[in-house]
Amino acid sequence: MATARSLRCAAFAAALATLGTACPAAAVTITLSCSALGTELELCREGAEAWAEATGNTVELVSTPNSATDRLALYQQMLASGASDIDVFVIDVIWPGILESHLVDLSGLVPQEDIDQHFPAIVDNNTVDGRLVALPWFIDAGLLYYRTDLLDAYGQTVPQTWAEMAEAAAAIQEGERAAGNAQFWGYVFQASAYEGLTCNALEWIDAYGGGLIGDDGRPTVDTPQAIAALEEAASWVGAIAPPGVLNYTEEESRGVWQAGNAAFMRNWPYAWALSQGEDSPIRGLVGVAALPRGEGEGAGHTGALGGAQLAVSRYSEHPVVAADLVRYLAGYEEQKRRAIAGSFNPTIMALYEDPEVLAANPFFGELFDTFTHAVARPSRITGARYNEVSSAVFSAVHAVLSGEAAAAEALADLNAELNRMSRGGRW
Amino acid sequence: MAIPGRSRPATAAFYAAVAVIVVYTVFPFYWAVNSSLQTPQELFDVTWFPFSFSFGNYAHVFDGQPFGRNILNSVFVAVLTVGISLALSLTAAHALARVRFRGRGLLLLAILSVSMFPQVAVLGGMYELIRSLGLYNSLYGLVLSYMIFTLPFTVWVLTTFLRELPRELEDAAIMDGAGPWTTLTRVFLPLMGPALVTTGLLAFIAAWNEFLFALTFTLSDSQRTVPVAIANFSGASQFELPWGNIMAASVIVTVPLIVLVLVFQRRIVSGLTAGAVKG
Amino acid sequence: MVAGGSSARVRAAAPPSSHHRRRVRRAWLFLAPMLVVLSLVAGWPLARTVALSLTDATLNTLDEANFVGVANYLAYGPPLDAFDPDAGAYYLYDAEHDRHFVLDAQTGRLTDETDRDHPIVYDRVDGDYVHAETGEPAPGIADPLFQWSGVLADRLWWRAVANTLVFAIASVSLEVILGVAIALALNAGLQARGLLRAAVLIPWAIPTVVSAKMWGWMYHDSFGVMNDILLGLGVISEGLAWTADPHLAMAAVVFVDVWKTTPFLALLVLAALQMLPGECYEAARVDGVHPVTVFWRVTLPLIKPALVVAIIFRTLDALRIFDLIYVLTANTEATMTMSVYARQELIDFQNVGAGSAASTLLVFVIALVTVFYLMAGRVRLGAD
Repeated sequence: MATARSLRCAAFAAALATLGTACPAAAVTITLSCSALGTELELCREGAEAWAEATGNTVELVSTPNSATDRLALYQQMLASGASDIDVFVIDVIWPGILESHLVDLSGLVPQEDIDQHFPAIVDNNTVDGRLVALPWFIDAGLLYYRTDLLDAYGQTVPQTWAEMAEAAAAIQEGERAAGNAQFWGYVFQASAYEGLTCNALEWIDAYGGGLIGDDGRPTVDTPQAIAALEEAASWVGAIAPPGVLNYTEEESRGVWQAGNAAFMRNWPYAWALSQGEDSPIRGLVGVAALPRGEGEGAGHTGALGGAQLAVSRYSEHPVVAADLVRYLAGYEEQKRRAIAGSFNPTIMALYEDPEVLAANPFFGELFDTFTHAVARPSRITGARYNEVSSAVFSAVHAVLSGEAAAAEALADLNAELNRMSRGGRW
Repeated sequence: MAIPGRSRPATAAFYAAVAVIVVYTVFPFYWAVNSSLQTPQELFDVTWFPFSFSFGNYAHVFDGQPFGRNILNSVFVAVLTVGISLALSLTAAHALARVRFRGRGLLLLAILSVSMFPQVAVLGGMYELIRSLGLYNSLYGLVLSYMIFTLPFTVWVLTTFLRELPRELEDAAIMDGAGPWTTLTRVFLPLMGPALVTTGLLAFIAAWNEFLFALTFTLSDSQRTVPVAIANFSGASQFELPWGNIMAASVIVTVPLIVLVLVFQRRIVSGLTAGAVKG
Repeated sequence: MVAGGSSARVRAAAPPSSHHRRRVRRAWLFLAPMLVVLSLVAGWPLARTVALSLTDATLNTLDEANFVGVANYLAYGPPLDAFDPDAGAYYLYDAEHDRHFVLDAQTGRLTDETDRDHPIVYDRVDGDYVHAETGEPAPGIADPLFQWSGVLADRLWWRAVANTLVFAIASVSLEVILGVAIALALNAGLQARGLLRAAVLIPWAIPTVVSAKMWGWMYHDSFGVMNDILLGLGVISEGLAWTADPHLAMAAVVFVDVWKTTPFLALLVLAALQMLPGECYEAARVDGVHPVTVFWRVTLPLIKPALVVAIIFRTLDALRIFDLIYVLTANTEATMTMSVYARQELIDFQNVGAGSAASTLLVFVIALVTVFYLMAGRVRLGAD
């Protein structure tokens, strides 16, 4: 069904393209910037080629830097000059607000029923000023990884609150060190001064019922909840988390974790497949749960929303054909294939009930709630200034974690700084 | 030639210092080789020797991407950059070092000031320039943009060296009726060996290693240079770092440079004796 | 200065002749190709950066930027980034009293919109503010809204300047000492010096983006080899967080930079040593002068011109340092340099105006240091 529709739509698109350029050949070449090598690139290429074969167009893949920050800089440079070199971009969940002025509104180019099958929260995230600038592709959320064997050995259960996690981590750490592993730590996460720390901090604050920016656009970080959350997190560094965590990104923490030197880890879903890999020393000893909640009113389990979206450049010479490629890649069949072959969490709700998907990824079903309740970073409301906001947040949090500032003062300063940036909430 | 110090302890101390320096410079490279021969899991452990000797990382580097092509691109760009920089700066250095004219000091300062601009600040303007010249996604665009950091350097260094050459040489040539071109190519050039090779080598490596311009001014994999290709390596998913592959690629691109140095080392060291200069 | 004085002396000594004029004409001909290329690749980007630093451009509004004078550098009043050109108003925040204001740029009317449902309006009468409804004076209400703004008023910028200077001084001095030592060793009749030469070049040959990552891995507090060695030697009792600890981060970065760039200096000094006349040494050796004395009295003065040029270029590079620090320690304040600051403004924050101002200031700082070097090193710019 989906294929038939895609064929029809592509034929229509190709016809439009032909009219537009008055060129006898209907087929066009679409340049697609997938992120990377490995499984991700392979899956992306297969998907793009399937579309190309079905529609008679050609897809050219462009490789981009591994680091998201470098990739964004490259895209911005390119788009600011109105270059038409790349038609379809894979963009991060926080970029729609930053890049929106360069992206095509997809709501007119993709059928409404296709849009409606995705998680509404992500569609919302990708809608800027009423324009749908990107289609959801896959979803990520921060998760708590734990060692099933160690929890059993020390008589612990999966922690439900951050305080319980810290307690369990301390007990296991003490025991493992006494048993001779001096390198062992209770908990690893990401606290380098970068975007990942903003995600971690948002998770703590959200778990305690706090937030960064309110719906009216005014900052809300100077609250007892946020202070409690940061004080809790600061107490981990040097106690249950290594001092070096202050410069850890995802891979450094996974390194410690996967070498068997940590009881708990906060990371994205990608670490699941690697922790359970053939040569992983902790294969079969890994459990995944939603991140713990905080204490007090409004506390709850949470996880920062991450993931990738597909967008079409406003400067593309073939926006209609490009939008069709985007529609195909973000569609049901393609997301299903990617979920089964690469464990990419789909953004289409129905796929979490698909037996084939669940057979390949048993934990998808349990984590459905985590993904639906993932907390988004305030990128949509702050728009182009999101990076500045995030930088202020992670700098303040980093100072608290490293003991340079007290949580209450740092958050009061941060609140004032965000207020100054906020233009009274208009951003 | 003497080794500084004549006593046995001094010589021993000298060799000890040399040994420390060698360890300092080579150890990280050894570590890269070591890492490149390990499986992904071993990387998360301090392993002093690659017991598994897994060459999978090396095979992977050439698998699924035109890494060979990337190396050729880098060689092409670096050689052309060095060739053009040396040619342009040799004549310029001759004028700056051997001819007195008004504004010479200011000109040298102006040339120097070009290399004061941080790359990130010229990036936007350079991007527009490359685009307007139609050199986007072309290796020639890279060669052109690399002039901004190789030229000031080569001009200055060659000027310094040319200035040190004795005046009598030039006077003799002028007596024989030689013009500046002949003086430069026939008299000075043969004496500039070490300076040219050294300057060229340093410029070559600078061009070889450049990342930001190469990333911004090229797009397709077939036009990428090595540093960008390596930076674009990635693991199976967004956050995974394919450490072994990156290390293998780094070893692959470092080896040609080491060979280059070994090949050119006679030139670098074939020093000039005073007699040769006095001619 | 140096240049002017010496060329005046030269002119006095040798009155221009037709022969000399011809030589000068040819010299310009020799210079022309290099100057054309250099002004092409440097001229436009340079001019553009300086021009943009005088505007309120952002990455998305490059074409519609407005001229704002030196406000990106330093200004007193409502901050530039609080201005909304569409509304013709500034959106301001009084941190002291936690109040939000709208300042109409045309009329000077001030609206307290902290409570959006009940805005309080103040009118400007003879330079003072009064309540629009009651006419009561509201002295000092606007005072906290007027502040110093711009790059020069940013505490972070000055931190970056300090960091950059510390980094440059530390790394260049270490490189000079080590580089000259290596060059001397290479120049001495050392056995296997070919290998040594290749060895010292290795760091320079590994692309910075890669070597920075490599060192990041080696510095890792739990599976990095650095801690493994030091723990094994018993120097430290617990793994250090090299790049995370604000006190260690700068030293860690300097250590890598010295490793990476010493070969550059060593090679240039070596080339200078190779071009030295051998007879001075012969004479010194026959006279039985101590080698250390020979180094200070003979070698150093002779290689000084090349050494100074090498130091200048290394210093310029060190002052612009970016990728190493960016890869090793991200945007951490403890190691943020001027280039990292400029990049953050230009690219991460898209504030092209402020970023260009920071870049221009960076060039200015570098120029100051360079002039200082040239004067201190008595570099002969014009004389021969």
